[in-house]
Amino acid sequence: MNRFWFFFFSFAGVAAVASFAVAPSMGWWFPAPGPSLSPLGAQIDDLFYMILVITGVTFIGVMIALGYILWKFGSGRGERSTFTHGSHTLEVIWSIIPAGVLLFIALYQMDVWARFRVKSMFDQQAIAHPVAEVTARQFEWRIRYPAPGKTLQDTPQFDDLYTVNDLHVPVGKPAVIRLKSEDVLHSFYLPHLRIKQDAVPGLVIPVWFQCDKVGEFPLVCAELCGWGHYKMKGQLSAQREADFAKYLEELSTSQFDDGVPIAKAEEK
Amino acid sequence: MSTLNPADHLITTHDHETGHAHAAHHEIGFVKKYVFSTDHKIIGIQFLFTTLLMLLLGGTLALGVRWQLAFPWREMPVVGKLLFSAQGGAISPEFYTMLFTMHATVMIFLVIIPILAGAFGNFLIPLQIGADDMAFPTLNMLSYWFMWPAMAFFLGSFFVEGGAAAAGWTSYATLSANPPAAPGSGLGQTMWLMGVTFVGFSSMLGSVNYMTTIINMRAPGMTLFRMPMTIWAMFITAILQAFALPVLTAAGFMLLFERTLGMSFFTPGGLVINNTAPTVGGGQALLWQHLFWFYSHPAVYIMILPAMGMVSDMISCFSRKPLFGYRPMVYSIAAIAGLGFIVWGHHMFTSGMNPALGMTFMVSTMMIALPSAVKTFNWLGTLWGGNLQFTVPLLNSIGFVSMFVVGGLSGIFMAAVPVDIHIHDTYYIVAHFHYVLFGATVFGVFGAIHFWFPKMFGRMMSESVGKVHFILSFIGFNCTFFPMHMLGVAGFPRRLADPYNYQYLEHLLPLNRFITYSALLMGFAQFLLIGNFLYSIFKGKKVGRNPWNANGLEWTAPSPPGHGNFDILPIVYRGPYEYASPLVEEDFLPQTRFLPNEDRHADPYANPH
Repeated sequence: MNRFWFFFFSFAGVAAVASFAVAPSMGWWFPAPGPSLSPLGAQIDDLFYMILVITGVTFIGVMIALGYILWKFGSGRGERSTFTHGSHTLEVIWSIIPAGVLLFIALYQMDVWARFRVKSMFDQQAIAHPVAEVTARQFEWRIRYPAPGKTLQDTPQFDDLYTVNDLHVPVGKPAVIRLKSEDVLHSFYLPHLRIKQDAVPGLVIPVWFQCDKVGEFPLVCAELCGWGHYKMKGQLSAQREADFAKYLEELSTSQFDDGVPIAKAEEK
Repeated sequence: MSTLNPADHLITTHDHETGHAHAAHHEIGFVKKYVFSTDHKIIGIQFLFTTLLMLLLGGTLALGVRWQLAFPWREMPVVGKLLFSAQGGAISPEFYTMLFTMHATVMIFLVIIPILAGAFGNFLIPLQIGADDMAFPTLNMLSYWFMWPAMAFFLGSFFVEGGAAAAGWTSYATLSANPPAAPGSGLGQTMWLMGVTFVGFSSMLGSVNYMTTIINMRAPGMTLFRMPMTIWAMFITAILQAFALPVLTAAGFMLLFERTLGMSFFTPGGLVINNTAPTVGGGQALLWQHLFWFYSHPAVYIMILPAMGMVSDMISCFSRKPLFGYRPMVYSIAAIAGLGFIVWGHHMFTSGMNPALGMTFMVSTMMIALPSAVKTFNWLGTLWGGNLQFTVPLLNSIGFVSMFVVGGLSGIFMAAVPVDIHIHDTYYIVAHFHYVLFGATVFGVFGAIHFWFPKMFGRMMSESVGKVHFILSFIGFNCTFFPMHMLGVAGFPRRLADPYNYQYLEHLLPLNRFITYSALLMGFAQFLLIGNFLYSIFKGKKVGRNPWNANGLEWTAPSPPGHGNFDILPIVYRGPYEYASPLVEEDFLPQTRFLPNEDRHADPYANPH
């Protein structure tokens, strides 16, 4: 009977490792399709896998130790236990090694974090010309682009272009958006690009990302924003430069073309 | 045998003997004795009953959440038609937000914190340090009775207009600060804040009491480094409470004043919330998060340290072996508590705070994993070379250790800021904190209930039912929460009433169904615990003072101890973990047992090297 607990806890450990092993093939893994579509996302994935290896090895080590203990000392052998109060050497060893590993993990990550969040590390061209201003509100994403050929201003301009829940960016280069919130906290989450940033009322937060693949990807609100949080669904469309320019032109036309050609001429 | 050991005949006669020094106590009536009692044991047991009841309620709320995630917008069985007739028996999205908010609120404020500090802290502290009661018995009574207004506010809020609070247990401003922002942001949110304030009163009264009692009322010979780990953990937890709680109370009042008196602490100007007039402004939304987490991160340790202490006691007892590395265990609890004050920012990596803070908090957060690792290794070291006795307390303690390992390791992922960008606010986080708070703490509590039950009621709980309960809970727990790691990696966000609204999450529905079935298994398994608990109070096997052959002072008192606890004043000669000591024939050596002079050097703590 006493061996039962060895098998019970060992099985739990094996099942845990096995479920991680099969997860990718079951689709219980990073959002499809496959690896991240952005260079920063790929770095985040690499860090994830690095930590997965370190913690995986630790987990397996601890489970083996626990399994050994249950097998060896749980047999109901009825012998007297070893009388010991600890070992200074062991305490030093198992303090210093994890400390070193943890410090390494912490310091090793700084660079990727800095690339994501420290403004001076952003692509200067991209930050000087943000693609759009994204304003989150219950329960939609309002997007304001500058008119083609112009730069986004802090205050809305008469020729700005507006859409809702549909953010277009050029593919293959860093795109900066200025993230705002009109009412409560929201979070701008692009799971396929591994990008997440809360939209905070009262702050304007620049967020950059780069999508290397043409296509449409979900934009998720990841911070509870009220009863309709679940339906605050947007879409990111990564387009070729020319298509993006064309999209803005079309947007401009549909927004301003009232059928009177003079207005258009004056504007130019 | 020492002459100071209570003779066996006392065990049967304690009912008459224990009160001999307190003749007046025999006069107290039923109400004073069992309702408005100032006896720490009664208060502890009151806390235990209340929190177990709340555990069932919190679990039910969780099953409501699970139902929606497995069968979105489908009619809820049994209670659906009754509760949600307007929606054809299905949960409404606003009720869903209330469900997870109140699930967390009930579990954190009405179950985990009070069951550790309130139930076990109250019951064990005087018994384990050899005191006859707490330093401030009346404060102690108030600490229990302040829970009732809190419960009334929390539970009553479901029945007010707009329903219960719905801004998450974190109540992030500005959603929580502005009544138009959500249906539950009305009276429900105000009542939530009142409830939290009362829980705070309760914790603070307990905390003051525990600190004073532990510092001043230890039995002769009970030096600090002869205290059981449970007492160390309770002591440090009390310190954490005392320093962190005022911040939450202050923040709660600020939010209350903002909501009721229009003071804008957390709402900046010009916001148009739900098409109402623009806000006046002057506040900062991030301020709430800083204040909230300055309390609530230490609170995470308030929710685990006492369980760590109790598990250390149980593991040592059932390995029949001294605790491995007693002092490192004490220091690591202190380190966790100290570092716990400077890691709150790791809840806010994606919140938009200064990125340099993100780096700072990453380093401190990584470092807090170190004392946790040291504790785990020491538990394994304690088991290693032991003579393991697979009792229910030991099984639950091993469950605690193995799941704490999972919870600790998964924490490293989110401590790493860049990785946290992706997994923040996903089910990865949900998996992580349930592994720590449920997998570790609640299993530790399951063990502790079985372990100290004979002391509370003088009877044993059924071991075989306890084992079945452990097996089902362990399986149900792991099948519920382990797959959530994968959901999180797949980008499955928390708190969505209908995640399948996003196409990239649709394929995760079957996995969510599996999780819900596992959660049901785990939920129903708790009836075994409740049944075993209630049955054993009346019908369990009667036992004497020390059914586990344990060393602590509590085991020298009668079971259950009478008013005033000890019939013989305990004198402490050694630490609490002298199992398998070569000095005696038995494999345990109680703290109170006197040994002849030449053997006193057996106390390893008197002469550390």
